[in-house]
Amino acid sequence: MAAVAPPVSHSHDISVIRELIAKHKRWDFIFGLIGLLALMIGVLTFTALFVDMAIKGVPRLDLEFFTSFPSRRASQAGILSAWVGSTLVMMVTAFFAVPLGVAAGVYLEEYAPKNWVTDVIEINITNLAGVPSIVYGLLALGLFVYQFGFGQSILSAGLTLALLILPVVIVATREAIRGIPQAIREGSYALGATQWQTVQHHIIPYSSAGILTGVIIGMARAIGETAPIITIGALTFIAFLPASPVQAAPPFVSFEWLLSPFTVMPIQMFNWTSRPEAAFLVNAAAAGFVLVLMTLAMNGLAIWLRYRLRKKIKW
Amino acid sequence: MSAVAPSGSASTTVMAQGLTSARLAQRRSRIWREKLIEFVLFAAASVSVFVTIGIVYVLVSESVQFFRHVPIWDFLTDTQWTPLFDDAHFGIMVLLSGTITSSLVALSVAIPLGTIIAIYLSEFAPFKLREVAKPFLELLGGVPTIVYGYFALLFVTPILQAIYPELPGFNLLSAGLVMGIMIIPYVSSISEDAMRAVPMSLREGSYAMGATRYQTAVKVVVPAAISGIASAYILGISRAVGETMILAVAAGMQPSLTFNPLEPAATITAYIVQVALGDLPHGSVGYQTIFAAGLTLMLLTLVFNILGHALRKRFREVY
Amino acid sequence: MTAPETAVAVKAEVRNLSFYYSDFHALKTLNMPVHDKKVTALIGPSGCGKSTFLRCFNRMHDLYPGNRYEGDIRLYPDDTNLLSKEVDPIEVRMRISMVFQKPNPFPKSLYENVAYGLRVRGERNKRMIEEKVEQALRGAALWDEVKDRLDDLAFNLSGGQQQRLCIARALATDPEILLFDEPTSALDPIATASIEELITDLKHKVTILIVTHNMQQAARVSDYTAYMYLGELIEFDVTDTIFIKPKKKQTEDYITGRFG
Repeated sequence: MAAVAPPVSHSHDISVIRELIAKHKRWDFIFGLIGLLALMIGVLTFTALFVDMAIKGVPRLDLEFFTSFPSRRASQAGILSAWVGSTLVMMVTAFFAVPLGVAAGVYLEEYAPKNWVTDVIEINITNLAGVPSIVYGLLALGLFVYQFGFGQSILSAGLTLALLILPVVIVATREAIRGIPQAIREGSYALGATQWQTVQHHIIPYSSAGILTGVIIGMARAIGETAPIITIGALTFIAFLPASPVQAAPPFVSFEWLLSPFTVMPIQMFNWTSRPEAAFLVNAAAAGFVLVLMTLAMNGLAIWLRYRLRKKIKW
Repeated sequence: MSAVAPSGSASTTVMAQGLTSARLAQRRSRIWREKLIEFVLFAAASVSVFVTIGIVYVLVSESVQFFRHVPIWDFLTDTQWTPLFDDAHFGIMVLLSGTITSSLVALSVAIPLGTIIAIYLSEFAPFKLREVAKPFLELLGGVPTIVYGYFALLFVTPILQAIYPELPGFNLLSAGLVMGIMIIPYVSSISEDAMRAVPMSLREGSYAMGATRYQTAVKVVVPAAISGIASAYILGISRAVGETMILAVAAGMQPSLTFNPLEPAATITAYIVQVALGDLPHGSVGYQTIFAAGLTLMLLTLVFNILGHALRKRFREVY
Repeated sequence: MTAPETAVAVKAEVRNLSFYYSDFHALKTLNMPVHDKKVTALIGPSGCGKSTFLRCFNRMHDLYPGNRYEGDIRLYPDDTNLLSKEVDPIEVRMRISMVFQKPNPFPKSLYENVAYGLRVRGERNKRMIEEKVEQALRGAALWDEVKDRLDDLAFNLSGGQQQRLCIARALATDPEILLFDEPTSALDPIATASIEELITDLKHKVTILIVTHNMQQAARVSDYTAYMYLGELIEFDVTDTIFIKPKKKQTEDYITGRFG
């Protein structure tokens, strides 16, 4: 091979280039550090928060704490009415939010035509996702508590939180449904199924895991919400439990509890945090720790579900 | 050529007709059922519209009553907020100052850190780190705000007081700082989504020119994702303005016209909580103030949400 | 394969190049010269590895994990091995530019797009940048069309103009080799013709390596052609020879359309 080097030596000096690159790569390195540092700030804050709650609160956690009502004496105060209240409110929330949210999501993905009505609905959902939670409380106060006459009750609270997390459930449903390939729908229709049959037998089952993830995230958010519930008028000192849903006498099921006054975990914590006595602050830390564990567990579950989902379903 | 019917066709035709009409009737009821189901689903979807209408109705109707007692001009320009005094003043600026100050503190933390984290995760971090960091940030954003409030009051404030002993127990600074950390995940996840949407071909074009990772990220990817990043910022602002519990717990609930974060003050949201905790009779002016305040808040966040949405639509359209 | 006997300068030499995508042996012991200030075309059916080969020249594969090079690509006059682990890919890319299949202008103004490479190299002198931008745009036959709207966003150009902008961008830094990865496959026939004309003009200033799935384009534009199949270099020769009297039957089969 008659290999002859080109006659013109190039205008760029190799060493100049190398110096320039080294200088620029230093910036690469520095930014890598800065990015890690920024992440560390988040990690540090979270750890400080968690550890602080744990150190102050865990010693206070015993069976009595979970089974006692609040009391003027800090050492005897407990979160019984709070966690029962939270559980009951969550039941109502899920009862309304899940069917409404999934139905809305299914409608928007499978049925809705591309017209201005659909646009209005979608704009509303996006908008509602950004409304501050306390405004939902005001809505509930004016509408549920007074206008509809539900009073300052578990029903009002559950409805309010259901509306609050509705956008979360709707978006999760829509995204889960969007993941289903068109080929599956076509296969169902080609066999003569109606739209509802396709939705019932294919769309909803295949998207259920994604929907579940969204519901869990929504519920995790609802458990921690304080502002709207305070606005409705949840009392901060409740030393009784709502009437039990299950009764000995017929008709064996009671709905009295729906209209009962109540309190929830975040409000109990808020109440104790507002007291100057150190002992109550310990109670607050304990309640807070339980709250954080609950929301962590629920969010963690949702994240894990999402991870499993990604690995399992390969269309 | 017309078909010649086979023998015995008369009964077949009648039977066929019977089958056909049965099938038709079935089809009719099936169509009816499908339409009913569609309507039910549509009703569920339109609940969101009714919620918005409900919010507007409640806020506006109570505010209208409020503005019968209090002139709008006073509402907007008075420098005192003392609705429960005999000599009552209703200057929303007082509450707004608390909201603005705390939000500024929060955003001065959330925007830089959120953006840096987004760029780092999108352009620099190894895959495994991303897989861990993203869920972690979700958890950070999922902590109940009352817990953050407790943290601000009883952990952050004492630390700040060690540095600056004159800091009052209730102050906008620690509430703002903690709020900022809470908002980081909002800013970083939307910014990161915007950056990941930038096609690889643009990055390859930049690398092919001899650029480093940092140069490509800052000169090509961020400008390409800018409308998505802007919408992330706006979402952060909206979130900061609407936050309640962190401020109610750590900044105190004393309305005060101040832009100094080292002082306690009430935000619009904290004020509403304060009233709700008390015992204001339904229909009194005091009761109506929370709706007027809520309306102001709603309008503020509405403006930000609309802006943010418009920007996010733009970034989706470009690709 | 023997190179032609004329003593034409060689800008780069590929020696026993092999390339692996993880375990997949994508390129098998390639040997080829790249002649200075000439156009060398890489042709072959889909999946033959021609783009993979091209992207070795500017170490694009380094952007993605799991890739491995064996062998050398030597760049003259300094005899640097482009594939060596001691040579920074960024350095390689500062000397060798690339134009991609789908035009990828940055979301910036026309001016800033072309100036990008200069800025990355630390050029601060405004006059110098302006001069080079104009020079590059002229070289890409785009100057007259856009000289009045240099501040316009690059996205507003037509597909053919965007590709010429990308060529200008690549030219602005005086590259030693200009790589074209199927530059006209996303363009209409008129834009394609103008790009081909441009390439024929450019070769007097810079060495060009072009991948194309369009045989006629290779015949029109290139001085040398390499025919590849399933990761191997089957035949390399002067373009006329390859297209009129190829030495290997495989090449002949491809050229005459018997397959591919």
